[in-house]
Amino acid sequence: MLDVILPVLVLGALVLALVGGVRRIRLWRQGRPSPVALVPGLAAMPRRYLVDLHDVVARDREFARTHVATGGGFVAAAVLLILVHGFQVESRLLAWALIAASIVMFAGALRVAARRRNPPARLSRGPWMRLPKSLIAFSSGVFLVTLPTAGIVPAGFGGWLIAALLAAVVAWGLAEMFFGMGWGGPMKHAFAGALHLAFHRRPERFGGGRSTGLVPLDLDDNAATLGVGKPDDFTWNQLLGFDACVQCGRCEAMCPAFAAGQPLNPKKLIQDMVVGMAGGTDAAYAGSPYPGRPVGEHGGSAHSPIVLREGRALVDADTLWSCTTCRACVEECPMMIEHVDAILDMRRYLTMEHGNTPNKGKEVLENLAATDNPGGFDPASRMNWAADLDLPLISARGAAEVLLWMGDGAFDLRNQRTLRALVKVLRAAGVDFAVLGNEELDSGDVARRLGDEAGFQALAVRNAATFARYRFGEILTCDPHSFHVLKNEYPAFGARYEVSHHSSYIARLIELGRLPLSDWAGGRVTYHDPCYLGRYNGEYEAPRSALKGIGIQVVEMGRSGFRSRCCGGGGGAPITDIPGKRRIPDMRMDEINETAAEIVAVGCPQCTAMLEGVVGPRPEVLDIAELVAAQLVAAPVSVPRQTREVAA
Amino acid sequence: MQRDGKRSMTGGQPLTVAALVSVGRHPVTGRPRRAEFDARAVELGLSLAPGEALRLVHAGARTPDSDSALRGYLGMGIGAVEVLEQPEGADVVPALEAWVRTAAPRLVLCGAHGETGEASGLVPFLLAERLGWSLVCDLAEVEAVDGETMTVLQALPRGQRRRLRVRLPAVITVDAAARAARQSAFGPARRGELRPLAAAVTPDREAEGWARTPARKRPKRLKIVKATSARERFKAAAAKAEGGGGQVLTGVSARAGAEAILKLLREEGVLR
Repeated sequence: MLDVILPVLVLGALVLALVGGVRRIRLWRQGRPSPVALVPGLAAMPRRYLVDLHDVVARDREFARTHVATGGGFVAAAVLLILVHGFQVESRLLAWALIAASIVMFAGALRVAARRRNPPARLSRGPWMRLPKSLIAFSSGVFLVTLPTAGIVPAGFGGWLIAALLAAVVAWGLAEMFFGMGWGGPMKHAFAGALHLAFHRRPERFGGGRSTGLVPLDLDDNAATLGVGKPDDFTWNQLLGFDACVQCGRCEAMCPAFAAGQPLNPKKLIQDMVVGMAGGTDAAYAGSPYPGRPVGEHGGSAHSPIVLREGRALVDADTLWSCTTCRACVEECPMMIEHVDAILDMRRYLTMEHGNTPNKGKEVLENLAATDNPGGFDPASRMNWAADLDLPLISARGAAEVLLWMGDGAFDLRNQRTLRALVKVLRAAGVDFAVLGNEELDSGDVARRLGDEAGFQALAVRNAATFARYRFGEILTCDPHSFHVLKNEYPAFGARYEVSHHSSYIARLIELGRLPLSDWAGGRVTYHDPCYLGRYNGEYEAPRSALKGIGIQVVEMGRSGFRSRCCGGGGGAPITDIPGKRRIPDMRMDEINETAAEIVAVGCPQCTAMLEGVVGPRPEVLDIAELVAAQLVAAPVSVPRQTREVAA
Repeated sequence: MQRDGKRSMTGGQPLTVAALVSVGRHPVTGRPRRAEFDARAVELGLSLAPGEALRLVHAGARTPDSDSALRGYLGMGIGAVEVLEQPEGADVVPALEAWVRTAAPRLVLCGAHGETGEASGLVPFLLAERLGWSLVCDLAEVEAVDGETMTVLQALPRGQRRRLRVRLPAVITVDAAARAARQSAFGPARRGELRPLAAAVTPDREAEGWARTPARKRPKRLKIVKATSARERFKAAAAKAEGGGGQVLTGVSARAGAEAILKLLREEGVLR
């Protein structure tokens, strides 16, 4: 009897899965066009899955093995099932292979079930709680129905009752695994995820690469909506990316805004985009909500607004403005979903179409347009901080080895101390450097993160034109935000230069023995990684080696390197200032305090400001440049010293 | 809530409002922008007459700078600004008067004074006089509008407010007491229309003979606080300005008044 039922079941489920898949593809195709390399993408997909995706999954070793067993077992079992039972291919070998695959999958499914027994808060419930049972049903059902095929038990063993029972179990498994894949069940992640990897919007991210700069918006098209106002304003492969989400909640666990009780949860945001794409409400969502916002009150469709000026739509504007753009979610996402890109696309719409940047956003953007700095200071006073330093202007010299980009920290009393320290270090090493002086404008970072792409592009174009007038070897800055923008986002505007963060530059100077340094005699020091230096640019080593160069043994925090927690100062978050239950810098300072450090070394004006804003008693916040400058001994170097601590 | 209140007061008939807008200038960098007070007038207009019922008009010379400044108003969600082209040195009041008579709004809004040109703040007064309309200056808030009259709050020094009933049509000026203008968005600013209109040109005979010099900062009297305690210092800082040496002249001849003024100006060193 099974001989009759199984092919019908398998092939029927296959057809339904295909129909569902086509429907899903049509949902994605509602998005804007986005050219992709179709065949090379598909060809690269297995490698992207096996290497890049698995590298992220493997940060949780236990679950990585579980997934390999379950996923690998399922893919093998599914293919063999279609051959053996669908098309009734007579082969003992295939049947035995199918049995083996189902056993592997079964073992994995048991582990999945074990994890679901007491799941961490980050995991979604709902249909996801059913998944391990379905996996067990599928694998055990396939195992049992294949026993006769492999000749282990005689055909017709157990009579019709057992056969009917088995058919029901297999049908359950098939419904979840095949039908659910195309029709929006948890297994959708396998189908959408595979295609998402193939047609990812940032293919440079695979194979160990990095792609973090925002894609410029085409401002020449007068008719086009600026940014994303409705779900169908996303590109089709962004929509596909949202559908790939497995709701594992690793993003949620890392998100500083979520931890601070601000109304943002990256996982929920992605699920809301899926709701918007398919139409409906978020009532079926079974994970952690946006803090303070009950589930079930928001909804929308692909062609309706995501955010309303007044009232509720798909998401609230607060949610989008809570993000610090720290990329912790993107770094952690095993599916390589681009949360920050999506948030920025929606912010662009809110700022450039609605004109609705919250709190100080309006003022900052108006200042940037009128005075080229966010504080509204007289642009002719940009050099006032260095009145006594006699800094060489590149306009007077025409060329320099190093162009020192001061950044808007030049207007900030605290950052001026860092800049002075950096100048002292450069002079001690005899570096040939110059500054743009009052010709320098804001890099446009804040404007861009606040969604004002037009303001950003205006600044970028003008800065690029200024750069083009002078000759210099590289740009040096103590601001990781400027660093990221100049290095990764200016090339789109014709400004391609070598750009260094001061921590890497100082590390290089120390390595070359160009700095006369005394040994560190201070207390315990920890180091806080800036997001825009670390996750955005992969620079974790240089700041540590610079500190090591002055004899500091960094006491690492629990969350450091690529898992460093944001200070709360990125993405214009201090400007939009969305209230939460705690402040992000307070949470970071708790982690700093856990190291019992007396000094926290930083490499970013934003981090400095945010961490110094934490009420005392707390460790002193000092920039790497300040720490190094304090260790400079007065005598200039006569003989290049041996590379010491760095090499050690 | 306020917006709903107003709509019900008008009994479903939209109030037609015109806002006069000028080209502003940033106080620090001098870059063209929407003028601060005019933008507040537009904001008030948007709360009174959403959509097509609010018309914006600008009278002046057209340059790329003025266009980019006017687009700042479009970015507030305005479909079009009507531009009465006037050469440099023209008196814009007759052109505005002609436009207002044709467009026939019930209410004309504008900033208390501009940021470029004479910026004397006289335009609304001259316009109201020519039209024979009532004028309210320094408006803080519109409380209610019915068919023929409206109730408004006028801003007085130190945060005081005066409630006025105004007969329509009226000219109204706003300054820093009115609600701040909304953000200007790039998309609507780019898509909105600057609609040039032909307008008669009246040369400003008065201003032709004027000699113009760059403005100088006015000398400011130093406030010397001789306080010995924190309480006194606080009182001095919080006290309202007192015209201690002032003198009220009533019922004196024009000559005696002029002499008193001249005497004061000599004492203060304004005239030497």
